[in-house]
Amino acid sequence: MAKSLIYLDHAATTAVAPRVLEAMLPYFSQVYGNPSSIYSFAQEAHKAVDDSRDKVAKVLGCRPAELIFTSGGSESDNTALKGVAFAASQWGKHIITSSVEHHAVLHTCQYLEKFGFEVTYLPVDRYGMVDPQEVEKAITDQTILVSIMLANNEVGTVQPVSDIAKVIKVKSKQIGHGVSFHTDAVQGAGALDINVDKLGVDLLSLSSHKFYGPKGMGVLYVRRGAPFVPQQAGGAQERYRRAGTENVPGIVGTAVALEIAAGQLESNAAHCRTLRDRLIEGIQSRISHVHLNGHPTRRLANNANFSFEFVEGESILLGLDFEGIAASSGSACTSASLEPSHVLMAMGVPTDTAHGSLRLTVGVDNTEAEIDRVLEVLPGIVERLRALSPMTSSPSR
Amino acid sequence: MFPLPSAGQGEGEGVTSTLYHEENSMYSDIVTEHFKNPHNAGEMADADGVGDDSNPVCGDTMRLFIKVSDDRIVKASFLTRGCGAAIAASSMTTDMLRGLSLQDAARITNKDVANALGGLPGSKLHCSVLAEGVIRKALEDYHKRSQS
Ligand SMILES: Cc1ncc(COP(=O)(O)O)c(C=O)c1O
Ligand code: FES
Repeated sequence: MAKSLIYLDHAATTAVAPRVLEAMLPYFSQVYGNPSSIYSFAQEAHKAVDDSRDKVAKVLGCRPAELIFTSGGSESDNTALKGVAFAASQWGKHIITSSVEHHAVLHTCQYLEKFGFEVTYLPVDRYGMVDPQEVEKAITDQTILVSIMLANNEVGTVQPVSDIAKVIKVKSKQIGHGVSFHTDAVQGAGALDINVDKLGVDLLSLSSHKFYGPKGMGVLYVRRGAPFVPQQAGGAQERYRRAGTENVPGIVGTAVALEIAAGQLESNAAHCRTLRDRLIEGIQSRISHVHLNGHPTRRLANNANFSFEFVEGESILLGLDFEGIAASSGSACTSASLEPSHVLMAMGVPTDTAHGSLRLTVGVDNTEAEIDRVLEVLPGIVERLRALSPMTSSPSR
Repeated sequence: MFPLPSAGQGEGEGVTSTLYHEENSMYSDIVTEHFKNPHNAGEMADADGVGDDSNPVCGDTMRLFIKVSDDRIVKASFLTRGCGAAIAASSMTTDMLRGLSLQDAARITNKDVANALGGLPGSKLHCSVLAEGVIRKALEDYHKRSQS
């Protein structure tokens, strides 16, 4: 029997919005020229890329020339960290990040450690927050780069990015050289203000498929004057900072999606917040032994992350899947691994509890009726699984 | 103008709903069936042997209860906190054990359990190892109890 999918995994990815798809389509087989070619047919594609860059720049409040189109959030994070680290190593080889970053940042840091960089992984409090004072304390005269995400993909905690930026500015005057500040804003786009000057960041990563744009597309902002060596050599595209013929439809789609997201920021957030709060209140009042992971207030409008004691996250997902509800037990990228989420562990969630986590992330198209359906079936799923669990039976054993 | 995608229907930024089929592509139908309706779940108050095992990485925990009469397993039940595969493997194990002699029960391997389930995805093979573990431990517990 086929029924309608209830999609509650918008932090993993989103559907391309119809208006975005419509804007992209001509650039596949009609306006297919290479933007680098000089005949006027190709210049149409060139202009589309330029116009798109202008649109993105407007949302970020930056110059169009400060933007690099990439293949997604992972590439933007990799390029940001490696690009700064290798360019600024003459001033020092120390990098600061947090223990709750996406693996695109954490694994890039591990890669840089192999090249002699030293990385400080800052702890977080039980809500997943980084303390700006910890950043301040960690900066030494060797520090060249700080990377702290804008909002966490698993628990939705929003970091005090602009406060951290202020601390870095003061410290970098004291140590006598610049410290670049990168933020992975992949989960923040479409939910938070991502104006680079308000945030006070030098580099910022975006991923288009998180805001109803195409997969395999992203943006990296690099502030003019920031130390940066390109990570992909070849042609002159993206002002020599990222070689390769542009993904013109992807770039067009990215710009339209971001423009829509920025224009509807408030209304989308309000819609998501209403549904999220309905979900949180409903689950907490219907199910016992459940914990809300992440910050009670400083969290993404669309994110609800719970730990259910005595049960395993995957079994809840499977139960929901049979009801046509798509959710996640953490981040999609780590669901193949058996280990509990590094984010929950960094927040001090006990291992057993961390194994029972469920992430529900709502989107613009979700309805109250869909949330009510989740509230109708989830208690039964958890109850059934708890009845099977050795952890709930006779505590004397 | 080129044709618009039919999904668009021109109404705002809406995404039309996707049809969804009631099966899970990751697991076999047998796993799905045992997960949905596990056999022999629950504690056994008069068990003759109890075996506990857990996997330290995924944290999953299994407990197997057996009732023995004339060197034969007459009843088996389980309690499991784990993934879908672990629950299905537990359920399948209790089915497989029922009526077996203690010697035959001791010969069941994780492969037997995985095969009986119609196979498991690679990352889930260790869930059947857990099943083999609780069989061993429940039998050990039975032998220990019958000696004292
Ligand atoms: C916070 C964060 N950073 C980076 C990424 C990677 O983005 P992409 O899948 O576009 O490479 C994701 C999403 O998976 C994310 O949530
Ligand atoms: S994931 Fe470890 S038992 Fe299934």
